[in-house]
Amino acid sequence: MFDPYKIREDFPILKRKINNHPLIYFDSAATSQKPKQVIEAIKNFYENHNANVHRAVHTLSQEASELYERAHEEIATFINAKGIEETVFVRGTTEAINLVAYAWGLRNLKKDDEVIISLMEHHSNIVPWEILSKMNGFNIKYAKLNNDGTINYEAFENMISNKTKIVCFSHVSNFSGVINDVKRIAKVAHEYDALALIDGAQSVPHLPVDVKDLDVDFLAFSGHKMLGPTGIGVLYGKREILEKMEPFQGGGEMIREVSFSPTTGRCSITWNDLPWKFEAGTPNVCDGVGLMEAVRYLKRIGMENVKTHECMLTEYAIKHMQECEKVRMYGPKDASIKCGIIPFGVDGLSSHDVALFLDNYGIMIRSGFHCAQPLHQIFKLQSSARVSFYIYSTHEEIDRFVEVLKEIEQV
Amino acid sequence: MVTIEDYVARIEETCGEEKNFIVIFKYDKKEEAVANILKRAKTEKSISAIIFELTFKNVSFRLYGTGKAIFRNLKDKNELKNVLSDLLL
Repeated sequence: MFDPYKIREDFPILKRKINNHPLIYFDSAATSQKPKQVIEAIKNFYENHNANVHRAVHTLSQEASELYERAHEEIATFINAKGIEETVFVRGTTEAINLVAYAWGLRNLKKDDEVIISLMEHHSNIVPWEILSKMNGFNIKYAKLNNDGTINYEAFENMISNKTKIVCFSHVSNFSGVINDVKRIAKVAHEYDALALIDGAQSVPHLPVDVKDLDVDFLAFSGHKMLGPTGIGVLYGKREILEKMEPFQGGGEMIREVSFSPTTGRCSITWNDLPWKFEAGTPNVCDGVGLMEAVRYLKRIGMENVKTHECMLTEYAIKHMQECEKVRMYGPKDASIKCGIIPFGVDGLSSHDVALFLDNYGIMIRSGFHCAQPLHQIFKLQSSARVSFYIYSTHEEIDRFVEVLKEIEQV
Repeated sequence: MVTIEDYVARIEETCGEEKNFIVIFKYDKKEEAVANILKRAKTEKSISAIIFELTFKNVSFRLYGTGKAIFRNLKDKNELKNVLSDLLL
């Protein structure tokens, strides 16, 4: 295991005081804080290696290209992809899902086809499919959940049929933190020749993820939730599927050749190799390098250790939050099936009141729908408060949080 | 002429059926804003003199010493702006 107090020394922001209280950052599911190694890597890139990548012969461009390609390699290794051709850099999870929706879905989903989505999804895994469905006329079926907000596997699997072309669901719920059995659903989807797209925004930063073992077709995740910068994320896709797909956007990096034919009066275009075929324009080189540094940081700690640490914190927090009479936690209370996310409410107070009260004491938490409104409807909630932990969170911070929660109960 | 924009940095409208508005006052004007509001609104309850449960013209809201306030059950942003105008200016 690792020492979170030692880890904290790497995070300059955690030395801050907010409203004269030491900062307690319990909103890592929204975005993580950044260690000085990542900040330094970004600074170093701009100070020493900044240039546009590929197709230039000068030294700086060579350096930038090597760094950018190495970033793809290290991220491919991190999720056990076959190689860089399976790791497309995008802006984040949302863009990754949109890439699949438009580059694969637009051409492959027809009337009478079905897309199955779980009702626990973040809006980013609902809205692109709803938009596309209006264009292509395919049907969307939503897999219902159990009363505690977990996936009803039997019901989900029974929905999959020969009409199903893709199933879309999250590895870890951004509302409850529950870890879903991705392998199980992907296996059933494949039996019907359907693809499996996984939203890994809340799993890749928090537990070991092996795309070969899970046997998923697409995995989308964001850099900023895993110690990296904003504006960079990854779409993993199986090589054979990505190869068959047409590009998402056109221009720049994704082109090998554009040739004008005087006979036809048109240009014919040859796409670049994977993954560049899906990275149109000048890519976000610097943040790709920042993400590589973030992945190195997580690898040094070990993803099993990250998972264990969060599980311990979650168990501890649930136990002590239960001491608060007016606090209601939503979803399963078994920390062993969760990542470090706990949604809750305080009787008689809105989630925003709770968040503002905690903010007063330097404790940063989320309030609202967390972009998962359908799941809130299932729980019959107007909104919820949510605490989420990461490698730099401590038991001591949870003690302070629970102490303030008890004060809130007096309001 | 002083306007509410001189005091208010941001207004966040909460989603869902409860139409609440969270008002965040400008950092350098928050103390003045809090003082003005406390002078004009009726304090129903105060917690540690940093959180105040207030009412003003039938509108109930909670004010935080950190320069934030949450207004409940208002019709729309215009109503909020009218209330803020009466409280701040």
